[in-house]
Amino acid sequence: MLSIKNLHASVEGNEILKGINLEIKAGEVHAIMGPNGSGKSTLSQVLAGNDAFEVTSGEVTLNGENLLEKATEDRARDGVFLAFQYPVEIPGVSNMQFMRTAVNTMRHHNGESEMNAAEFMKHAREVSKQVDLDPAFLKRGVNEGFSGGEKKRNEIMQALLLQPKLAILDETDSGLDIDALKVVSDGVNALRSEDRSILMVTHYQRLLDHIVPDYVHVLSDGKIVKSGGPELALELEERGYAWLGIKDEATAASSALSNSAN
Amino acid sequence: MATTDQEVNELIKRDYEHGFVTEIETETFEPGLNEDVIARLSAIKKEPEYMLEWRLKAYRRWLEMTEPDWAHVGYPKIDYNAISYYSAPKRKEDMPQSLDEVDPELLRTYEKLGIPLHEREQLAGVAVDAVFDSVSVATTFKEPLAKAGVIFCSISEAIRDYPELVEKYLGSVVPYSDNYFAGLNSAVFSDGTFVYVPKGVRCPMELSTYFRINAANTGQFERTLIIADEGSHVSYLEGCTAPMRDENQLHAAVVELVALDDAEIKYSTVQNWYPGDENGKGGIYNFVTKRAACIGNNSKVSWTQVETGSAVTWKYPSCILRGDNSVGEFYSVALTHNYQQADTGTKMIHLGKNTSSTIISKGISAGRSSNVYRGLVKFGPRAEGARNFTQCDSLLIGDRCGAHTFPYIESLNKSAIVEHEATTSKVSDEQMFLCRQRGIDPEQAVSMIVNGFCKEVFKELPMEFAVEAGKLLEVSLEGSVG
Repeated sequence: MLSIKNLHASVEGNEILKGINLEIKAGEVHAIMGPNGSGKSTLSQVLAGNDAFEVTSGEVTLNGENLLEKATEDRARDGVFLAFQYPVEIPGVSNMQFMRTAVNTMRHHNGESEMNAAEFMKHAREVSKQVDLDPAFLKRGVNEGFSGGEKKRNEIMQALLLQPKLAILDETDSGLDIDALKVVSDGVNALRSEDRSILMVTHYQRLLDHIVPDYVHVLSDGKIVKSGGPELALELEERGYAWLGIKDEATAASSALSNSAN
Repeated sequence: MATTDQEVNELIKRDYEHGFVTEIETETFEPGLNEDVIARLSAIKKEPEYMLEWRLKAYRRWLEMTEPDWAHVGYPKIDYNAISYYSAPKRKEDMPQSLDEVDPELLRTYEKLGIPLHEREQLAGVAVDAVFDSVSVATTFKEPLAKAGVIFCSISEAIRDYPELVEKYLGSVVPYSDNYFAGLNSAVFSDGTFVYVPKGVRCPMELSTYFRINAANTGQFERTLIIADEGSHVSYLEGCTAPMRDENQLHAAVVELVALDDAEIKYSTVQNWYPGDENGKGGIYNFVTKRAACIGNNSKVSWTQVETGSAVTWKYPSCILRGDNSVGEFYSVALTHNYQQADTGTKMIHLGKNTSSTIISKGISAGRSSNVYRGLVKFGPRAEGARNFTQCDSLLIGDRCGAHTFPYIESLNKSAIVEHEATTSKVSDEQMFLCRQRGIDPEQAVSMIVNGFCKEVFKELPMEFAVEAGKLLEVSLEGSVG
């Protein structure tokens, strides 16, 4: 499915990713953990194709196809989905219109017929229940005046609608209370399937109590320094990052200032 | 990763879909302006004496006036003697008595523009007056309107058939001495639309005029007069297009609206004159005076405009709120692209007690264009309890365009309340990234974001127009993402 080889990327001349290697097979759920500023969000943004980041070397393929040479929208149509850490507002554009446009673009790409407003409304109402969002949200402007938790649920709802091949969840747990965390996790678990890969970027172990990953990777200073099974997350929870020889949070946080993506 | 320059250029090239020229035999005046030309024009139109006198007075006054230069626009000096002041399709009869007598080539032109004039295909619920260069070529649904007592005809017909109404109201809102372009228009206006809605009548359908400039080196000077008598209601739509030509063409219209006691006029415009090419060559100079007089108590006038065309626009649809409790509204979307320049806004003149006005202006600038909002809110000494709310929002696409806001507020009454809000925003990279990450084309993403920005204005437009306006923005924005 996804293969990342020696990926280097920088923003405004600062190298953030310094040689990432990662293989994710279909059906697998991988968690990327690491302190602030380690490059977690940069990795998500680079995979999705944010122009603000420059890939300086390395290779990324999705099902054998070179992902890096494709435009953002083409990657999305090939099945790459990014659940944003801070979803942006688009005033005046209804959530419904936005989602229907996205879904129909995808359907068109897959050679399926487009859904009309009524069909989509019915479908969207069903999915909104899955993430416990009031269908009234469909009529509001995209993320306009949504609370942090509502924005995150809205992101997961879009993932459920678009049924991606590779779902990248960027700090989807941040800013959620326990109840919302449960709802979002249920949504993500509903996404798990044999032909879908999930890459979760998270700072905290607590998300992994709800969504148990197949593999856990620790990212530090732009490189994966340790990989393991779900037990690695528990060990990190208990012992922190220091035992892996990673700088403590405070130093890491100061270096994060130069990383605009975090 | 982004669309390449070449693709962008191709998109811009198919930008303006109404740019075709109709091959038709015309009767066109030699370029030049003097009293003889005006007399000839008046004679062709078989106008009564009063009209010619009024035109000549306007012309003599215009000669003493100077072209205004305060607007935030730049264009080469216009040679008023290089313009032809009359061009009309040739016809055998004086006036076509029915649509069957209208030149089929003209009917085809309007069909191509999406305005079928044939009886069987006419737009349901919308009566159309079609103005081609200097003359009105057809007016649909005249009979059902006449049954309701509504007069809907070309201004030339009204001058002949309803002299008492025309003499009373023509120039009553925009006198010929008002400004340079209004003076010129009063001297040489060739056609336009006249509407009279009698007391207590709610006009049974939308009224609409479709203006088409076709001939080269010709100015279009149309004149529209709408009178809503006591307790009446009318909704009027205006659309306009022109062929693509390398020379600039002048369009200097005057629109006067009169609302008596308890009357309401809703005036909507979708202006899509040829804006010039991507290098700023050609395009229409749109210098228009639009003004409404709410002379009656409890009267209401609402202007809604979507401006996407013209090389240079100079236009301030205004309301004089003379009647007590009268209401003025202005909803505007002005989009400029490439080298277009727009200086547009409104004037709300509060004279009566408890008058109120609302201004919602949305300016969108792309390319190297310049987009200006200029607005005046004025409260006279008698305007007790008057209030205004103004909201001006600017949206920038790219970093080579400009947006400016010049709000003027004058108050001679202490009880008047005025609120003003203004914002400037950009179509952000984050918004674009979100849309594209969901698979949406960059072009479609921009148009979706812009449409969202304009939503408050679009909801004021009649249904068919709102759809049209949304599509128009899409076309106008093609190629704005580089």
